[in-house]
Amino acid sequence: MKSGYVRRFSPVERLLHWVNAAGFLFLLGTGLILYLPRLSMLVSRRQLIQSLHFWSGVGWLAALALVVALGGRRLLATARELDSFDGDDLRWLRGRGAPQGRFNAGQKINAILTAAFAILFGVSGLLLWFGEQDTRYRFASTVLLHDGLMYVSLLLLVGHLYLTLIHPATRHSLRGMTLGSVKGDWASRHHAKWNPE
Amino acid sequence: MDSPAAPEQEPRRYGRRLFLATVAGGISSLYWGKAAWDHVTGVISPVADAVSILPSGGWRIYTISGQMPQFDPSTWRLKIGGLVEQPVSLTYDELRSLPHVEQVSTFHCVTGWTVDNVRWGGVRLGHVLDRARPQASGHALRFVSMEVPYVDYLSMPQASLPDVMLAYEMDGKPLPKEHGAPVRLIIPEMYGYKNVKWLQGIDVVPQAVNGYWEDLGYDRNAWVGRSNGYGT
Repeated sequence: MKSGYVRRFSPVERLLHWVNAAGFLFLLGTGLILYLPRLSMLVSRRQLIQSLHFWSGVGWLAALALVVALGGRRLLATARELDSFDGDDLRWLRGRGAPQGRFNAGQKINAILTAAFAILFGVSGLLLWFGEQDTRYRFASTVLLHDGLMYVSLLLLVGHLYLTLIHPATRHSLRGMTLGSVKGDWASRHHAKWNPE
Repeated sequence: MDSPAAPEQEPRRYGRRLFLATVAGGISSLYWGKAAWDHVTGVISPVADAVSILPSGGWRIYTISGQMPQFDPSTWRLKIGGLVEQPVSLTYDELRSLPHVEQVSTFHCVTGWTVDNVRWGGVRLGHVLDRARPQASGHALRFVSMEVPYVDYLSMPQASLPDVMLAYEMDGKPLPKEHGAPVRLIIPEMYGYKNVKWLQGIDVVPQAVNGYWEDLGYDRNAWVGRSNGYGT
Protein backbone atom coordinates (compact mmCIF):
# COMPACT_ATOMS: atom_id res chain seq x y z
CA MET A 1 0.00 0.00 0.00
CA LYS A 2 1.24 3.51 -0.77
CA SER A 3 2.44 5.44 2.24
CA GLY A 4 -0.16 7.74 3.69
CA TYR A 5 -2.91 5.36 2.63
CA VAL A 6 -4.97 3.02 4.78
CA ARG A 7 -6.96 -0.02 3.75
CA ARG A 8 -10.71 0.58 3.92
CA PHE A 9 -12.36 -2.35 2.14
CA SER A 10 -11.13 -5.92 2.06
CA PRO A 11 -11.07 -7.87 -1.22
CA VAL A 12 -14.14 -9.87 -0.26
CA GLU A 13 -16.07 -6.70 0.64
CA ARG A 14 -15.19 -5.22 -2.72
CA LEU A 15 -16.13 -8.44 -4.49
CA LEU A 16 -19.53 -8.40 -2.79
CA HIS A 17 -20.04 -4.77 -3.77
CA TRP A 18 -19.15 -5.26 -7.43
CA VAL A 19 -21.05 -8.52 -7.86
CA ASN A 20 -24.07 -6.73 -6.47
CA ALA A 21 -23.50 -3.66 -8.67
CA ALA A 22 -22.99 -5.64 -11.89
CA GLY A 23 -26.04 -7.81 -11.28
CA PHE A 24 -28.20 -4.86 -10.31
CA LEU A 25 -27.30 -2.83 -13.39
CA PHE A 26 -27.93 -5.74 -15.75
CA LEU A 27 -31.27 -6.41 -14.08
CA LEU A 28 -32.15 -2.72 -14.21
CA GLY A 29 -31.44 -2.63 -17.94
CA THR A 30 -33.40 -5.74 -18.84
CA GLY A 31 -36.14 -4.79 -16.37
CA LEU A 32 -36.61 -1.35 -17.91
CA ILE A 33 -36.98 -2.94 -21.35
CA LEU A 34 -39.87 -4.97 -19.93
CA TYR A 35 -41.29 -2.01 -18.02
CA LEU A 36 -41.08 1.01 -20.33
CA PRO A 37 -43.33 0.79 -23.42
CA ARG A 38 -40.86 2.82 -25.48
CA LEU A 39 -38.04 0.38 -24.80
CA SER A 40 -40.35 -2.62 -25.18
CA MET A 41 -41.13 -1.36 -28.68
CA LEU A 42 -37.47 -0.94 -29.59
CA VAL A 43 -36.53 -4.43 -28.51
CA SER A 44 -39.89 -6.21 -28.71
CA ARG A 45 -38.44 -9.67 -28.00
CA ARG A 46 -40.25 -9.91 -24.72
CA GLN A 47 -39.79 -13.65 -24.11
CA LEU A 48 -36.05 -13.42 -24.58
CA ILE A 49 -35.66 -10.34 -22.36
CA GLN A 50 -37.96 -11.86 -19.74
CA SER A 51 -35.85 -15.04 -19.60
CA LEU A 52 -32.62 -13.02 -19.48
CA HIS A 53 -34.04 -10.90 -16.67
CA PHE A 54 -35.26 -13.85 -14.65
CA TRP A 55 -32.19 -16.05 -15.01
CA SER A 56 -29.75 -13.20 -14.42
CA GLY A 57 -31.74 -12.42 -11.27
CA VAL A 58 -31.32 -16.00 -10.12
CA GLY A 59 -27.62 -15.82 -10.99
CA TRP A 60 -27.23 -12.51 -9.17
CA LEU A 61 -28.69 -13.85 -5.91
CA ALA A 62 -26.71 -17.09 -6.21
CA ALA A 63 -23.49 -15.15 -6.79
CA LEU A 64 -24.21 -12.90 -3.79
CA ALA A 65 -24.87 -15.96 -1.63
CA LEU A 66 -21.62 -17.51 -2.85
CA VAL A 67 -19.58 -14.40 -1.97
CA VAL A 68 -21.24 -14.24 1.46
CA ALA A 69 -20.35 -17.89 2.04
CA LEU A 70 -16.83 -17.22 0.82
CA GLY A 71 -16.50 -14.18 3.09
CA GLY A 72 -17.61 -16.11 6.16
CA ARG A 73 -16.34 -14.54 9.35
CA ARG A 74 -14.80 -11.54 7.65
CA LEU A 75 -18.16 -10.48 6.26
CA LEU A 76 -19.85 -11.31 9.55
CA ALA A 77 -17.59 -8.73 11.18
CA THR A 78 -18.61 -6.22 8.49
CA ALA A 79 -22.27 -7.02 9.15
CA ARG A 80 -21.75 -6.35 12.86
CA GLU A 81 -20.33 -2.92 12.02
CA LEU A 82 -23.36 -2.17 9.85
CA ASP A 83 -25.71 -3.44 12.54
CA SER A 84 -24.54 -1.18 15.34
CA PHE A 85 -25.61 2.42 15.67
CA ASP A 86 -24.18 4.51 18.53
CA GLY A 87 -25.13 7.95 19.81
CA ASP A 88 -22.84 9.63 17.27
CA ASP A 89 -24.54 7.79 14.43
CA LEU A 90 -27.94 9.03 15.56
CA ARG A 91 -26.62 12.57 15.95
CA TRP A 92 -25.05 12.35 12.47
CA LEU A 93 -28.38 11.25 11.01
CA ARG A 94 -30.05 14.29 12.55
CA GLY A 95 -27.56 16.40 10.62
CA ARG A 96 -25.53 17.45 13.64
CA GLY A 97 -22.11 16.34 12.41
CA ALA A 98 -20.66 13.73 14.73
CA PRO A 99 -17.54 11.59 14.35
CA GLN A 100 -18.15 8.41 12.38
CA GLY A 101 -16.61 4.95 12.16
CA ARG A 102 -15.49 3.12 9.02
CA PHE A 103 -19.07 3.36 7.77
CA ASN A 104 -21.04 6.50 8.45
CA ALA A 105 -24.66 6.08 9.48
CA GLY A 106 -25.94 6.83 5.98
CA GLN A 107 -23.71 4.16 4.48
CA LYS A 108 -24.98 1.69 7.06
CA ILE A 109 -28.59 2.39 6.16
CA ASN A 110 -27.82 2.18 2.44
CA ALA A 111 -26.11 -1.19 2.88
CA ILE A 112 -28.92 -2.58 5.05
CA LEU A 113 -31.64 -1.47 2.65
CA THR A 114 -29.68 -2.82 -0.31
CA ALA A 115 -29.45 -6.23 1.36
CA ALA A 116 -33.14 -6.25 2.32
CA PHE A 117 -34.14 -5.15 -1.18
CA ALA A 118 -32.11 -7.96 -2.75
CA ILE A 119 -34.22 -10.44 -0.81
CA LEU A 120 -37.48 -8.65 -1.68
CA PHE A 121 -36.52 -8.36 -5.36
CA GLY A 122 -35.85 -12.11 -5.28
CA VAL A 123 -39.12 -13.03 -3.58
CA SER A 124 -41.30 -10.79 -5.74
CA GLY A 125 -39.43 -11.80 -8.90
CA LEU A 126 -39.94 -15.50 -8.19
CA LEU A 127 -43.62 -14.85 -7.50
CA LEU A 128 -44.00 -12.97 -10.79
CA TRP A 129 -42.27 -15.78 -12.68
CA PHE A 130 -44.19 -18.64 -11.08
CA GLY A 131 -47.40 -16.63 -10.82
CA GLU A 132 -47.48 -16.52 -14.60
CA GLN A 133 -47.85 -20.31 -14.56
CA ASP A 134 -49.82 -21.00 -11.38
CA THR A 135 -52.49 -18.90 -9.69
CA ARG A 136 -51.38 -20.07 -6.24
CA TYR A 137 -48.34 -17.80 -6.57
CA ARG A 138 -50.29 -14.84 -7.89
CA PHE A 139 -50.84 -11.79 -5.70
CA ALA A 140 -52.37 -8.55 -6.92
CA SER A 141 -49.55 -6.57 -5.26
CA THR A 142 -46.49 -8.47 -6.48
CA VAL A 143 -45.87 -6.25 -9.46
CA LEU A 144 -46.35 -3.16 -7.28
CA LEU A 145 -43.72 -4.41 -4.80
CA HIS A 146 -41.25 -5.24 -7.58
CA ASP A 147 -41.74 -1.85 -9.25
CA GLY A 148 -41.66 0.04 -5.95
CA LEU A 149 -38.36 -1.60 -5.03
CA MET A 150 -36.98 -0.55 -8.40
CA TYR A 151 -37.97 3.09 -7.85
CA VAL A 152 -36.52 3.27 -4.32
CA SER A 153 -33.35 1.45 -5.41
CA LEU A 154 -32.95 3.86 -8.28
CA LEU A 155 -33.16 6.81 -5.87
CA LEU A 156 -30.56 5.21 -3.59
CA LEU A 157 -28.35 4.51 -6.61
CA VAL A 158 -28.54 8.10 -7.85
CA GLY A 159 -27.58 9.40 -4.40
CA HIS A 160 -24.83 6.81 -4.15
CA LEU A 161 -23.40 7.73 -7.57
CA TYR A 162 -23.55 11.44 -6.76
CA LEU A 163 -21.60 10.98 -3.53
CA THR A 164 -19.07 8.62 -5.03
CA LEU A 165 -18.46 10.26 -8.42
CA ILE A 166 -19.34 13.95 -8.12
CA HIS A 167 -19.46 15.39 -4.61
CA PRO A 168 -15.91 16.72 -4.02
CA ALA A 169 -15.75 15.92 -0.30
CA THR A 170 -16.78 12.29 -0.64
CA ARG A 171 -15.73 11.12 -4.11
CA HIS A 172 -12.34 9.97 -2.80
CA SER A 173 -14.26 7.04 -1.31
CA LEU A 174 -14.48 5.46 -4.79
CA ARG A 175 -10.79 4.58 -4.44
CA GLY A 176 -11.63 2.56 -1.36
CA MET A 177 -14.12 0.45 -3.27
CA THR A 178 -11.89 -0.03 -6.33
CA LEU A 179 -8.30 -0.23 -5.05
CA GLY A 180 -9.21 -0.89 -1.42
CA SER A 181 -7.30 1.98 0.17
CA VAL A 182 -7.97 5.64 0.95
CA LYS A 183 -5.80 8.53 2.11
CA GLY A 184 -5.17 8.47 5.84
CA ASP A 185 -5.91 12.16 6.34
CA TRP A 186 -9.18 11.85 4.37
CA ALA A 187 -10.13 8.90 6.55
CA SER A 188 -9.46 10.77 9.76
CA ARG A 189 -11.55 13.70 8.60
CA HIS A 190 -14.53 11.65 7.41
CA HIS A 191 -14.30 8.61 9.66
CA ALA A 192 -12.69 9.95 12.80
CA LYS A 193 -13.68 7.04 15.04
CA TRP A 194 -12.29 4.45 12.70
CA ASN A 195 -8.88 3.07 13.61
CA PRO A 196 -7.45 1.42 10.54
CA GLU A 197 -4.93 -1.28 11.30
CA MET B 1 -31.91 17.59 22.82
CA ASP B 2 -28.84 15.56 23.54
CA SER B 3 -27.08 16.78 26.59
CA PRO B 4 -23.30 16.67 26.30
CA ALA B 5 -23.20 15.51 29.90
CA ALA B 6 -25.37 12.47 29.21
CA PRO B 7 -23.38 9.24 29.40
CA GLU B 8 -22.67 7.75 25.96
CA GLN B 9 -25.14 4.98 25.39
CA GLU B 10 -24.11 1.52 24.23
CA PRO B 11 -24.33 1.01 20.48
CA ARG B 12 -27.77 -0.27 19.54
CA ARG B 13 -28.41 -3.01 17.04
CA TYR B 14 -30.68 -0.91 14.87
CA GLY B 15 -29.26 -2.39 11.68
CA ARG B 16 -30.87 -5.79 12.02
CA ARG B 17 -34.15 -4.19 13.06
CA LEU B 18 -34.17 -2.02 9.96
CA PHE B 19 -33.29 -5.05 7.84
CA LEU B 20 -36.00 -7.27 9.32
CA ALA B 21 -38.61 -4.51 9.28
CA THR B 22 -37.90 -3.79 5.62
CA VAL B 23 -38.12 -7.45 4.62
CA ALA B 24 -41.26 -7.99 6.71
CA GLY B 25 -42.89 -4.81 5.41
CA GLY B 26 -42.07 -5.76 1.84
CA ILE B 27 -43.40 -9.29 2.07
CA SER B 28 -46.54 -8.30 3.95
CA SER B 29 -47.19 -5.66 1.27
CA LEU B 30 -48.13 -8.56 -1.00
CA TYR B 31 -51.36 -8.50 1.02
CA TRP B 32 -51.91 -4.78 1.52
CA GLY B 33 -49.83 -3.07 -1.18
CA LYS B 34 -52.42 -2.68 -3.90
CA ALA B 35 -55.16 -1.55 -1.53
CA ALA B 36 -52.81 1.04 -0.03
CA TRP B 37 -51.65 2.24 -3.46
CA ASP B 38 -55.23 2.51 -4.72
CA HIS B 39 -56.08 4.53 -1.62
CA VAL B 40 -53.14 6.89 -2.11
CA THR B 41 -53.79 7.39 -5.83
CA GLY B 42 -57.48 7.88 -5.05
CA VAL B 43 -56.64 10.65 -2.61
CA ILE B 44 -54.26 12.56 -4.86
CA SER B 45 -55.97 11.94 -8.19
CA PRO B 46 -57.93 15.21 -8.09
CA VAL B 47 -54.56 16.98 -8.17
CA ALA B 48 -52.59 14.74 -10.49
CA ASP B 49 -53.19 11.45 -12.15
CA ALA B 50 -50.69 9.45 -10.17
CA VAL B 51 -50.23 6.76 -12.75
CA SER B 52 -49.64 9.13 -15.63
CA ILE B 53 -46.60 10.61 -13.87
CA LEU B 54 -44.92 7.23 -14.12
CA PRO B 55 -42.71 7.06 -17.21
CA SER B 56 -44.66 4.07 -18.51
CA GLY B 57 -48.05 5.78 -18.12
CA GLY B 58 -48.96 2.68 -16.13
CA TRP B 59 -48.87 0.42 -19.18
CA ARG B 60 -46.53 -2.38 -19.90
CA ILE B 61 -46.38 -3.99 -23.26
CA TYR B 62 -46.76 -7.73 -23.62
CA THR B 63 -46.05 -9.56 -26.82
CA ILE B 64 -45.81 -13.26 -27.47
CA SER B 65 -43.61 -13.21 -30.57
CA GLY B 66 -40.34 -11.65 -31.55
CA GLN B 67 -41.82 -8.91 -33.67
CA MET B 68 -44.78 -6.59 -33.26
CA PRO B 69 -47.17 -6.88 -36.20
CA GLN B 70 -46.87 -4.12 -38.80
CA PHE B 71 -50.06 -2.34 -39.80
CA ASP B 72 -50.23 -1.49 -43.49
CA PRO B 73 -53.50 0.37 -44.28
CA SER B 74 -53.35 -0.67 -47.94
CA THR B 75 -53.36 -4.40 -47.22
CA TRP B 76 -54.93 -4.70 -43.76
CA ARG B 77 -58.48 -6.08 -43.62
CA LEU B 78 -60.75 -7.01 -40.75
CA LYS B 79 -62.42 -10.24 -41.87
CA ILE B 80 -65.61 -11.43 -40.21
CA GLY B 81 -66.34 -15.01 -41.10
CA GLY B 82 -67.17 -18.45 -39.76
CA LEU B 83 -70.83 -19.20 -39.07
CA VAL B 84 -72.22 -16.10 -40.79
CA GLU B 85 -74.70 -15.47 -43.58
CA GLN B 86 -72.47 -12.90 -45.26
CA PRO B 87 -68.67 -12.90 -44.72
CA VAL B 88 -67.39 -9.34 -44.48
CA SER B 89 -63.99 -7.83 -45.16
CA LEU B 90 -63.51 -4.26 -43.95
CA THR B 91 -60.72 -1.89 -44.88
CA TYR B 92 -59.37 0.50 -42.26
CA ASP B 93 -61.39 3.37 -43.77
CA GLU B 94 -64.55 1.28 -43.91
CA LEU B 95 -64.13 0.36 -40.25
CA ARG B 96 -63.71 4.02 -39.36
CA SER B 97 -66.82 4.98 -41.31
CA LEU B 98 -69.03 2.89 -39.01
CA PRO B 99 -70.85 4.76 -36.19
CA HIS B 100 -68.14 6.10 -33.87
CA VAL B 101 -68.39 5.63 -30.11
CA GLU B 102 -66.15 6.69 -27.26
CA GLN B 103 -65.90 5.35 -23.76
CA VAL B 104 -63.70 5.77 -20.73
CA SER B 105 -62.88 2.53 -19.02
CA THR B 106 -60.27 1.02 -16.76
CA PHE B 107 -57.84 -1.57 -18.05
CA HIS B 108 -56.81 -4.40 -15.72
CA CYS B 109 -53.94 -6.75 -16.35
CA VAL B 110 -54.07 -10.16 -14.71
CA THR B 111 -50.53 -9.62 -13.38
CA GLY B 112 -51.79 -6.87 -11.08
CA TRP B 113 -51.32 -3.55 -12.83
CA THR B 114 -54.18 -1.30 -13.79
CA VAL B 115 -54.56 1.79 -15.95
CA ASP B 116 -57.48 3.96 -14.90
CA ASN B 117 -59.66 6.00 -17.20
CA VAL B 118 -58.40 5.10 -20.64
CA ARG B 119 -60.35 6.92 -23.34
CA TRP B 120 -61.12 4.52 -26.17
CA GLY B 121 -62.63 5.45 -29.53
CA GLY B 122 -63.98 2.98 -32.06
CA VAL B 123 -67.05 0.99 -32.96
CA ARG B 124 -69.37 -1.27 -31.06
CA LEU B 125 -68.66 -4.91 -31.79
CA GLY B 126 -72.36 -5.42 -32.54
CA HIS B 127 -72.29 -2.93 -35.43
CA VAL B 128 -69.56 -4.89 -37.13
CA LEU B 129 -71.10 -8.29 -36.43
CA ASP B 130 -74.56 -7.29 -37.67
CA ARG B 131 -73.17 -6.71 -41.14
CA ALA B 132 -72.12 -10.36 -41.33
CA ARG B 133 -75.35 -11.70 -39.80
CA PRO B 134 -74.16 -14.52 -37.46
CA GLN B 135 -76.05 -17.80 -37.73
CA ALA B 136 -78.05 -19.15 -34.80
CA SER B 137 -75.60 -22.02 -34.36
CA GLY B 138 -72.78 -19.58 -33.54
CA HIS B 139 -72.52 -19.21 -29.77
CA ALA B 140 -69.08 -17.67 -29.52
CA LEU B 141 -66.53 -15.46 -31.30
CA ARG B 142 -62.92 -16.14 -32.09
CA PHE B 143 -60.69 -13.04 -32.22
CA VAL B 144 -57.62 -13.53 -34.36
CA SER B 145 -54.56 -11.34 -33.89
CA MET B 146 -51.99 -10.51 -36.53
CA GLU B 147 -49.54 -11.66 -33.86
CA VAL B 148 -49.57 -15.37 -34.66
CA PRO B 149 -50.62 -17.61 -32.89
CA TYR B 150 -52.56 -15.26 -30.58
CA VAL B 151 -56.30 -15.91 -30.54
CA ASP B 152 -58.95 -15.62 -27.87
CA TYR B 153 -62.65 -16.32 -27.54
CA LEU B 154 -65.74 -14.71 -26.04
CA SER B 155 -69.15 -16.29 -25.68
CA MET B 156 -71.96 -14.37 -27.38
CA PRO B 157 -73.37 -13.10 -24.04
CA GLN B 158 -69.90 -11.84 -23.06
CA ALA B 159 -69.39 -10.20 -26.45
CA SER B 160 -72.79 -8.52 -26.10
CA LEU B 161 -71.89 -6.61 -22.92
CA PRO B 162 -72.71 -2.95 -23.58
CA ASP B 163 -69.15 -1.62 -23.29
CA VAL B 164 -67.43 -4.17 -25.52
CA MET B 165 -65.88 -2.39 -28.47
CA LEU B 166 -63.33 -2.51 -31.25
CA ALA B 167 -61.02 0.40 -30.44
CA TYR B 168 -58.97 2.15 -33.12
CA GLU B 169 -58.28 5.23 -30.98
CA MET B 170 -56.73 5.58 -27.56
CA ASP B 171 -56.70 8.82 -25.58
CA GLY B 172 -57.79 10.78 -28.64
CA LYS B 173 -55.12 9.47 -31.03
CA PRO B 174 -54.98 6.55 -33.44
CA LEU B 175 -54.27 3.36 -31.51
CA PRO B 176 -50.46 3.13 -31.16
CA LYS B 177 -48.62 0.15 -32.52
CA GLU B 178 -47.72 -1.24 -29.10
CA HIS B 179 -51.37 -1.16 -28.06
CA GLY B 180 -52.49 -3.16 -31.07
CA ALA B 181 -52.72 -0.90 -34.13
CA PRO B 182 -54.89 -0.59 -36.06
CA VAL B 183 -57.63 -2.04 -33.85
CA ARG B 184 -58.01 -4.07 -30.68
CA LEU B 185 -60.83 -5.63 -28.76
CA ILE B 186 -61.87 -3.90 -25.53
CA ILE B 187 -63.85 -5.76 -22.88
CA PRO B 188 -63.27 -3.81 -19.64
CA GLU B 189 -64.95 -6.48 -17.50
CA MET B 190 -62.17 -8.92 -18.33
CA TYR B 191 -58.40 -8.99 -17.90
CA GLY B 192 -56.18 -7.64 -20.64
CA TYR B 193 -55.35 -10.95 -22.23
CA LYS B 194 -58.93 -11.17 -23.53
CA ASN B 195 -58.56 -7.70 -25.10
CA VAL B 196 -56.91 -9.03 -28.26
CA LYS B 197 -54.50 -6.61 -29.97
CA TRP B 198 -53.64 -6.27 -33.68
CA LEU B 199 -57.00 -7.70 -34.70
CA GLN B 200 -57.34 -9.09 -38.19
CA GLY B 201 -60.26 -11.47 -37.93
CA ILE B 202 -63.42 -12.30 -36.04
CA ASP B 203 -64.93 -15.73 -36.60
CA VAL B 204 -68.33 -16.86 -35.41
CA VAL B 205 -67.83 -20.34 -33.94
CA PRO B 206 -70.07 -22.93 -32.22
CA GLN B 207 -68.51 -22.44 -28.78
CA ALA B 208 -65.66 -20.78 -26.89
CA VAL B 209 -62.57 -22.89 -26.39
CA ASN B 210 -59.12 -22.09 -25.02
CA GLY B 211 -57.27 -19.11 -26.44
CA TYR B 212 -53.54 -18.49 -26.31
CA TRP B 213 -53.23 -17.71 -22.59
CA GLU B 214 -55.91 -20.17 -21.55
CA ASP B 215 -53.78 -22.94 -23.03
CA LEU B 216 -51.11 -21.74 -20.61
CA GLY B 217 -53.42 -22.09 -17.62
CA TYR B 218 -55.35 -18.82 -17.47
CA ASP B 219 -59.10 -18.79 -17.04
CA ARG B 220 -61.38 -18.74 -20.05
CA ASN B 221 -63.81 -16.43 -18.27
CA ALA B 222 -61.37 -13.73 -17.23
CA TRP B 223 -63.67 -11.58 -15.09
CA VAL B 224 -61.72 -8.86 -13.31
CA GLY B 225 -61.42 -9.70 -9.61
CA ARG B 226 -63.33 -13.00 -10.00
CA SER B 227 -60.98 -15.27 -11.91
CA ASN B 228 -57.41 -16.48 -12.18
CA GLY B 229 -57.12 -17.02 -8.44
CA TYR B 230 -58.43 -13.58 -7.46
CA GLY B 231 -61.50 -13.29 -5.26
CA THR B 232 -62.17 -17.01 -5.47
